[in-house]
Formats: sequence, C-alpha cells, structure tokens
Amino acid sequence: MSIIIATFHAVAVVPLNSNINSETDSFRSGPDETGHFGIYGGRFVAETLMPLILNVEKAYRAASNDPDFQNEFDYYAKHYIGRPSPLYHAARLSEHLGGPKIYFKRDELNHTGAHKINNTLGQILLARRMKKTRIIAETGAGQHGVATATVCALFDLPCVVYMGETDIERQAPNVFRMKLLGAEVIPVTSGTGTLKDAMNEALRDWVANVDTTFYIIGTVAGPHPYPEMVRNFQSVIGNETREQILEAENRLPDCLVACIGGGSNAMGLFHPFLDHPDIQIIGVEAAGLGIETGKHAASITGGQPGVLHGNRTYLLQTDDGQIIDAHSISAGLDYPGIGPEHSWLHESGRVSYVSVTDQEALEAFQLCCQTEGIIPALEPAHALAHVMKIAKQFDPSQILVMNMCGRGDKDVFSVAEALGTKL
Amino acid sequence: MNQSNLSDTRITRCFAKLANQNRKAFVAFLTAGDPDFQTSKQLVSGLPAAGVDVIEIGMPFSDPMADGPSIQVSSQRALRNGMTLVKTLDLVREFRKTDDATPIVLMGYYNPIYRYGAHRFVQECAEIGVDGLIIVDLPPEEDKELCEPALTAGLHWVRLVTPSTDDDRIDAVLHNVSGFVYYISVLGVTGTRRAMADHIEVAVSRLRKYTKLPIAVGFGIKTPEHASAVAEHADGIVVGSAIVDMVKANLDEIGKPNAELVDRVHDFVRDIAKGVENA
Repeated sequence: MSIIIATFHAVAVVPLNSNINSETDSFRSGPDETGHFGIYGGRFVAETLMPLILNVEKAYRAASNDPDFQNEFDYYAKHYIGRPSPLYHAARLSEHLGGPKIYFKRDELNHTGAHKINNTLGQILLARRMKKTRIIAETGAGQHGVATATVCALFDLPCVVYMGETDIERQAPNVFRMKLLGAEVIPVTSGTGTLKDAMNEALRDWVANVDTTFYIIGTVAGPHPYPEMVRNFQSVIGNETREQILEAENRLPDCLVACIGGGSNAMGLFHPFLDHPDIQIIGVEAAGLGIETGKHAASITGGQPGVLHGNRTYLLQTDDGQIIDAHSISAGLDYPGIGPEHSWLHESGRVSYVSVTDQEALEAFQLCCQTEGIIPALEPAHALAHVMKIAKQFDPSQILVMNMCGRGDKDVFSVAEALGTKL
Repeated sequence: MNQSNLSDTRITRCFAKLANQNRKAFVAFLTAGDPDFQTSKQLVSGLPAAGVDVIEIGMPFSDPMADGPSIQVSSQRALRNGMTLVKTLDLVREFRKTDDATPIVLMGYYNPIYRYGAHRFVQECAEIGVDGLIIVDLPPEEDKELCEPALTAGLHWVRLVTPSTDDDRIDAVLHNVSGFVYYISVLGVTGTRRAMADHIEVAVSRLRKYTKLPIAVGFGIKTPEHASAVAEHADGIVVGSAIVDMVKANLDEIGKPNAELVDRVHDFVRDIAKGVENA
C-alpha cells in the first residue's frame, strides 16, 4: 500500500501532458532521434519518400511545440469527438468475474465509434498546417477509413482510402459510410487483397503524389515519426484515464489491458503509465483459430522480427522473409505486424503480450452484451476475454482498466454468422 | 568506408569500356524465378548475347511497395513457384558458370535479407559473383544495416536518386554509392509513368555536378525509341517492367510458359538494345 501511495504522490505533482523524464531508465523516452525503439522502428522507405517523411517529422516537431496546435486538437477533441470519454466502473461484470474492480475506458463512445478518430484528427490538423491538399489512408476493417473520411469531410479535403478487396466484401457497411462521407474507396487486388496490401498501395500512391498528399497512417506503425506521432495523439486515452482514475479512486490502477492489432489504442492507454513499475500492463493479440494452426494475427506471440512498411518490428513471415497473411475474426486486428514500440516493450519485459482466440473473443463479446448492456467491437472483446482469464488472480480491492476502444455495431453481422444465426 | 577495392570490378570495367567506345549501358531487369526457376535461368543466361550490359536481378518479395503492377505480379509468379532468396543466389551461381564478365546487380527489399542474415548474405554474394546491391527500402539513414557490410565485402552499393531528392539531401544519398547511380526519372512506382526526355536532360546534368559516377536512368522505359531518347542524356538506361510484361504475355492461363517465351523475351531485349545502340 505504501508503494501505491508513493506512486500517487509522484504522479500528482507531474503535469499531465509532460514526459515525466528523459532519463535512459524511462520507458517513455523513445524513440531516439533516428526513430528507433531499441532495434525496432526506424525509417525503411524508398528514397522518393524520405524527403517527405523528414518534412512530416519537422512539421510535427514544430506543431508539438505550438500551443495553438494543442488548443486546436483539444477543441475538436472536446466538441467534435466528445472527449473526454467516460471511465466507467463495470460493476456487474466485475461482480460476475469475481476479481478486480474493472473499469472500461469508453473510447467506443467517441464520434465514429472507436479510438481511431483521436489520431486522424491529430494528423489532419498537421496536414493542414503543412498545406497538403489531398489525404490518403489505408484501412482494414474500415474503422480507420471511416475516421479519416470523417475528418476529411470536416475539413473539406479530398480523401482516398485504399482497402483490400477481401475486406471490402466483409465490411460493406463501412465502405458505404466512407462513400457517404465523400471518400473515394479504392479496392486493392494486389498481393492478397488485405490490410497489408492496402498499406502497400497507399505507399505507392504517396510516392507518386509527394507534393500534394498527406498519408494518414492508422496505427502506431510505419516509418518514423508515425509510430511516435500516432502514439502521442492516442495518449489522450491514457492521460484522461490517469486523471479519471485518480478522481474516482484516488490512486492509480493495478493493471491495464488492451487489444493489439497494430497497437494504437494500447499504446495510447499504456504510454502515460509505463514508468509506474507497479502497474501490470498487458497487450492482447488475436490468436485467430489458435497460434498452433498458423491462422492468427499474433505478431509477437507467433512472429519474428523483420522489416515491413517502413519499420523493423515483429512480423508474421516465412523463413524466407515473405510476409504471411494474418487471420482474425476481428478485421481490425488482422495485420501481420505490430507497432515497433510494442516490440521493444515486449523485449524489455515492461509489457506482457498474450493472445486470445476467435472463440474466446466471441464468448467475451456476448458476456459484455449481457452483463453491461454494451456491445463491444470484436477488437476489445479480445481484451475482455483476457480479463476474464486473469480476473481470479486479483482481489476486489484491486483496480483493472480495460480499453473499450470500439463499439460492436459494425461486427453484428460477423458475430451472427459465427454464432450460426441467420439475419 | 574503404571503397578502394571497388575501383576495378565488373561494373567499373563495363562502364569504362562502354565510355571508351562512346556507347551507353543497357541495364535489363528480370525477376529471379519468374515464371519458374528453369525458364528464369534460360532468360538470364541469354541476356548478354541479346545486348545487355548489366543484369539486374529482382529478388522476389511478397510486399514490393515501390513496384508497379508489372513487377508485383512477376514477384508473385516467382514466389508461387517456390522461389526463395537461397534460390536467387543459386541462379547467380548457375549464370557465373558460363559468364564471368557481365555485371550482376541484385535488387529487392530488405526483409528477406534480414531474415537470411545481412553479413551472411553479403559474404555469399561476394563469393558467388554478385557485383552490387540495390535495396529499395534502405535509405542512407539505415546504412549500418546492409550498405556498410556490403562495401566491406566488396560489393557496390547502388542507390536510387529521385526527382524528390533535393539539394539538401543529395550528398547523403550519394554517400557510399559506387558503381553507378540509378536515377528514377519519374515520381512513382516502377513501370507506370513515362519519363520525359527533357526532364531527364536537366536532372542528369544537375546530378553530374554532384557525382562522377556513371548515371543510369530508369522507370517507365518501354520501347526502343524511348530507350534511345533517354540514353542520349545518360550513361545508361534501365528497363524492367516492359521485359517482365513480355514474360507475362507468353504464359498460358494457368501460368505455364509457352515454347516461344524465352526467344520472344530475348527478341524484345535485342530490340531495346538496338535502341540504346542508336543513342
């Protein structure tokens, strides 16, 4: 208990938005100036893109030091996205699981229904500062595509979204949403027609349109400075959580849990807490049909380090270094890589990475509907499935925060199909 | 980096000889293992006789993000038929059994090499007679990864210079480069847009202020006439997508090569070579 009190006092004197220290013993000081988190990250891109990426970094540094930029972000975060999102005590679920006091950080209540818009807002404000006149994005499940199309409509910028042909078929409602919002959705048939190929195609577009175009990457991956920039925009999640839990409980949580595809919602929640060693932090990857089947999306649990999409990180790949398609019932976790900072946090041991199968996520999905009246997206249903597994290890005096990073309206069709219900 | 061991190589000898004869270099690209290992071996081995001066061999990768549709599908064909990095090196070994003069440059993406092991890769390349590397996703910022080990092993490091490479960056981009400079004449991916000769003239003369190395120009060259027009302003030209398109045109619906594939590709290459000859 004394440790917890000490931690609380240490936090309370630190302004919420500052980096608490830049000492080498901090888990929050990365990346270094060349964009590396340990050996991960970096800038592995074609020369055509390098000048552009250096410009993005320069513009982002300038924006980060400009109070007007932060004020603009805060204004739209509050009045357009609806931040802060509530930190909600899921009392019935906590009681049902018989473990810790479980809180949901309810980013599913954001405008557009997921955490994705925190990042697209930040990046489009940056694109405007850079006087870019055209926005491109990749999307898998369509959530990032919708969040990008939304801010493009808001700021009247033309928007092109690359989406794998396979994903277009299984995410028809989000495709229509993007079109309603004025975006052009370009089907990607190259490679295997999934999220990784959509990202390849967006990069190809970018090299051909470097003067006019800003590429809004949807997760904490890609060449430096994207992993850092997206993390910082998403850190609004963790910063709010810290403030809210101190207000509700007068202390910090004992455990944080979030699902991971590329890992942006997780980085956003985790980052402000990384230097509190007493807080257990867990990232939940998608095990699909099971790690042993090879049909999964768990880059850390079932992959190896490699270089793709501008950064070094854990990837699903063959011994020959060819990228393997990911599989998950959740289209948003269906990416064969993970943000480089997660790879580093894994190797440094600060964050534990575990995995949850499609089946386990489906059970958690239903439990959440029934006990809390919240239909979660299949992505955070993975986080919840792990919470169900570990709940018994905690006692009721302990606090666990799970990021409810998206709502499940988009998933009702795939869940119905998985449960054998005809709609 | 000590590059003294790179002053007399197959590449330097090739460009020096061509310069003495007042000729331009024809660099031809083929994807290793496209459409299959045996056909690919025949295709590569016939290139010098068809007028090719430097052979650029693509190492197939599942996610070739700097390549246009032609080279993307060519990589997929090769991978589907079991091509690997190990077999790409075998292809070079086979070629070197009968040709020890024609320079070979391997082009590709870093991940398969990283999995293989960077040091092991460059050493093996040097042993089997690879002369240089072009790795698309390794900018100068990441030179420690592979560029420096490659130079130590005695391989040329060839980098792409693009229209977006500004004056601030050009020195960094040319640092560690030897053999020749590969100027990408258009912004974009391989094979999609056509380069304009007058743009190339300006760009190449700007580049000459920064380097004494031979300059080869590529991306989007598809015909002998275009090859000739571009070669006039450079020391050499690179043709890739148009050649792999010719491979594709001679496959049946299940991807099996027809009997004429090898000859037709070589005929096409010969036509381009004549275009370069006329420059």
